This record gives sequence, C-alpha cells and structure tokens, in this order.
Amino acid sequence: MLKIKELCKTFSPGTVNEVRALRGVTLEIQEGSFTAVIGTNGSGKSTLLNAVAGSFEADSGSMELFGRIITNWPEHKRALLIGRVFQNPFAGTAAGMTIAENIGMAMRRGQRWSLRTAITKRVREEISDKVKTLKMGLEDRLDNPIGTLSGGQRQALTLLMATWLKPQLLLLDEHTAALDPKTAAKVAELTREIITREKLTAMMVTHSMQQAVDLPDRIIMMHKGNIVEDYKDEMKARARVSDLIKAFERVQKLDLFDSSVAELLEQQYV
Amino acid sequence: MGIVLSAFTIGLILAALTMGMLISFRMLRFTDITVDGSFTLGAAVAAVMIVNGWSPWLATLIATATGLVAGSITGLLYTRFKIQMILSGILMMTALYSINLRIMGRSNIPLLDTSSVSGSTEHIISSLSGELNRINILGWPVSITDFSVFLTALIICVLAAIALRWFLLTHLGTALRASGNNPQMVRAQGINHNLMIVLGLSLSNGLVALSGALLAQYQGFADVQMGIGMMVWGLASIIIGEALTGTRSIGLTIAGAVLGTIFFRLLIAIALRWGLNPNDLKLVTAVFVFLALVAPIWVKSLRKSIWGGLRNA
Repeated sequence: MLKIKELCKTFSPGTVNEVRALRGVTLEIQEGSFTAVIGTNGSGKSTLLNAVAGSFEADSGSMELFGRIITNWPEHKRALLIGRVFQNPFAGTAAGMTIAENIGMAMRRGQRWSLRTAITKRVREEISDKVKTLKMGLEDRLDNPIGTLSGGQRQALTLLMATWLKPQLLLLDEHTAALDPKTAAKVAELTREIITREKLTAMMVTHSMQQAVDLPDRIIMMHKGNIVEDYKDEMKARARVSDLIKAFERVQKLDLFDSSVAELLEQQYV
Repeated sequence: MGIVLSAFTIGLILAALTMGMLISFRMLRFTDITVDGSFTLGAAVAAVMIVNGWSPWLATLIATATGLVAGSITGLLYTRFKIQMILSGILMMTALYSINLRIMGRSNIPLLDTSSVSGSTEHIISSLSGELNRINILGWPVSITDFSVFLTALIICVLAAIALRWFLLTHLGTALRASGNNPQMVRAQGINHNLMIVLGLSLSNGLVALSGALLAQYQGFADVQMGIGMMVWGLASIIIGEALTGTRSIGLTIAGAVLGTIFFRLLIAIALRWGLNPNDLKLVTAVFVFLALVAPIWVKSLRKSIWGGLRNA
C-alpha cells in the first residue's frame, strides 16, 4: 500500500520559471489496485509519479510504501520496490546493449551486482521463454542491440523488465502515448494482462480517457498540483469517458473564472 | 626488425591505456583527461620504487593501485561534488602534475641498471637459448633483452584484455556499461549510477597507470611530461581499433583497442622513419583524431548530396 501525505514540490523556486508542481497531494493506493492518473497539461500528474519513483527530492511531505518510509530514499534504492515504464520508449532500455543484457539487468533488480557472468545459458533460456510470451518474435533476436527495435517493441520489453521481479508498485508514465494507435492498443492490452496475472499494485498516468475508463479500477484527476476528482469502486464502475470530459471542462471553467476575476479586480484596484 | 619490434612492444604496453580509455570514453561516455596525469603517476610511482630497490612487479602493482585511486577521485569530483565532467578531469590532472613531481622529487628519473618486469622473462629465455645474446625471430636477429620485453608486454596485455572482457560480461560489468548508455534506465533497475561512474573511472585510470609504469620500465626513465597528450593517443587508437574490428561484441571491441594501439604505433614509427619531426607528433595525432571524428559526417553528407543529386536528375 502506498501512502502519500501532503507532498509538495516547487521547481526553480524564487525565479520567473517557478512552477508549483505539487501542492500538498495526499493519496492512498490500496494493495492490488490499478489507479489511473489523469489531468490537464502541467497538472502535476507526471511529477507525482516521478516523486514516488524518486527522480527528485520532494520539498515536504512523506511517502510510505508497504510500511517503509521511502521519502528520503535515492532513486536507485526505490527501484528495488518500484518498477517503471517511461513515456519515452527509448528511456527504459539501454540502446547499445543487447536484449538479453537489458533483461539480465532487470532480472537482478535490487540484488547484489556480483562478479558472475551475466548472461549464462540458463539465464538465456529463461529470457527466451518469457520473451516468447510477447509474441513479437524477439526471442530470436536476443543478441541484437535493443536500439535496433521499434518503439513499441522496446516499450513491451520495458514493461516485461519492470515486472520481471514482481514490484510492490508499478509506475506507468503515459507509456503508450508515443506509440502508433495499433501498437499502443497492443501495449495497453499487455499491461492489463500482466497487471491482472501478477496482481500488481499500479499507477498509470494517461492522456487517453478511454484507457483510463477501460483499464484501471480507480481514476484520480489532478489539477494545478492537487487531486480534484477521485473515482473509486462503484463511482468508477459507472464513470464514462463523457463524465471525465465534463469534469475536465468544469475545472477548466473554474480556472478561467479565476483568472478573469483576478483581471477584473486588478483593473479596479491597481 | 628492431623498429617493428619496438613499435609492437610500445603498442602492447600502451594497449593497457587504450583499454582503460575504452571504459571511460566508450562505455561510460566520460571524456576523462585524468589520463594525462595518471599515466605519469604510474610511471613515477614505479620508477621511484624500482630505484629504491623494490621488486619491479610489486612496483607495477602499486603504481596501478595509485591509478585506481586517482580515477576514483575524478569520479567523486563529478558525482559527489557535481563538478562538470571535463573540469573534474582537468582538476585531477593538474593536481597530479604536482603530485607526480613530489613523488619523483625531480622532473626525470632514469632507470639505468635497474631490474624491470621483463627481467625474469629474459632470464628464462637466455637460459633456454644457451646464453646467446641474440636470437632468431622469423629470420631476423633480435636481442634477447628486446624480445623478452616484447614477450612480457604481450603476456600482460593479453591477461589484461581477457580480464577486462570477463569483467565487462559480469553482472557488475553489464551495469557499468549500461550506466554510460542510459543513466535513467540504470537507476530504474536499482543500480547506483554514481557508484558505477566512480568504479569505471577508477578501473580506467588503474589500467592507464599500469601502462605508464610499464612504459617507464621499457624506455628506461620516468619523466613528469610523459603523460601529456596520452589521452588523444588513446583516442586515436580506439578509433583505429573500431575501424579494424568493429564493435559487435565486447571481445572484438577489446581486441580492436589492442590492435588499434599497435597499428597506431607502427604508423608513428613509419612516419618518424620518413622524417617526421617528433615535435610535430602530437599535432599530427590531434589532426588525425579530428579527421576521424568528422570524416563519418562528411562522408554521410557527401553520399547524401550525390544520391540526392541522382534522384533529382
């Protein structure tokens, strides 16, 4: 279970580029649940995921993952518990190294980096068996540099790598956004398959309302660094794409109202 | 034959430097100029110890260890203190210049009438050949001293190459290679990226110092200036090596580094024979590396303009 309390993060504070990306986010994710995070551009949804993954240090607030306070853990230490798939298909794998070597690293995530040969025959067979399940024909190309594969293939492999050792939390950051529609659907289907089969706890940032309605069992909507809507259980079961879009329009209207009112007041009083 | 043998010997000795730079420059993608300082460091430490009567093997070993330390300090400057990549190397190189002078006590230490790592090899060969001082290699008479240095350099180089290949294929080695390839991915796999950089630079400069220690023993002196330009020489060797063997596998890449260094030394020997002023050597090398870096881009755009021209015609 993931508990986030009053999490705040401001980028470049005190400058003109100051962005208050997270403004006291409090959130609890139950074990075995699959949560979609949606929101407008700059709403802080990717920042939230990166904060959990440890890409940067949060300014204040705390994070607890299955009883362990991870707030001050460095990124690589959190990776022992957390699997990640990035938006950029090239971010999750080392392009210059072979498929087998990439997966070999994922197979030892969080274990000691010993002086044993990484890709032995036994490891190769294990990799080959599991890669076969992707049905992409990649099991015959294990010794090719992973950089020679397409974005979709690399994203599928990254997903496989992130879940090879069952993570306590899987973070998906718009992992289908950079793919063509057909590949995106395939990777989304693969995601659903793996999460249900392994009973994973997962968070997924997405821009696709359809995906948010189809895949997860909970939807949270973020706006201006905070959670504004939370569709759970029955509410989520009833939620349709149109409901989400309505909610979007509502927060955007509120936004418009805010700025126009501010302008009005400014004209009157300044 | 003498000149070819000496080019091969120096090539094999400097191959350790090239292999070291393979780790920093190609695997970690870290442009590490510490090399210029740690090369001299290895030579200085080995020379001082040998002059003071230590075993040349032990001296070489300790020299290598000092290189490991120098490299890890550069790594710490970069990772721990967030100093720019190039600047960390420059700081360490500059500091090493004074450190090397301190170690040596003066700017040049001659190694005359001292033992070297090839001493035992020479002993074995001369007892086998029946106390002659010249033996026949492929029909050429070669002095036993020269040949035993060559043989020793060959053995050390091959052992270092095998050890490096083995290491790079272990779990740790894989993590190290990936660190240069994609830091974000490496952290997401639970690997301490900073630690890998420190480790890689340490190993790299250890090999470089080993190379310096061996060269000092071969040429019979250590000089505080001997490291200047070594990094560019290593680069040139790496580039030649990649052209020779390609980079399809770790083994080929390492073999390429070794062959590239030898080939480069041969080229230099030939150029010097033809009357190239030794003072111009570093300029020529720099120009060569420049051409090797930009030529692929030129060829690409040239090919594009030719093919593009044909398509338009």
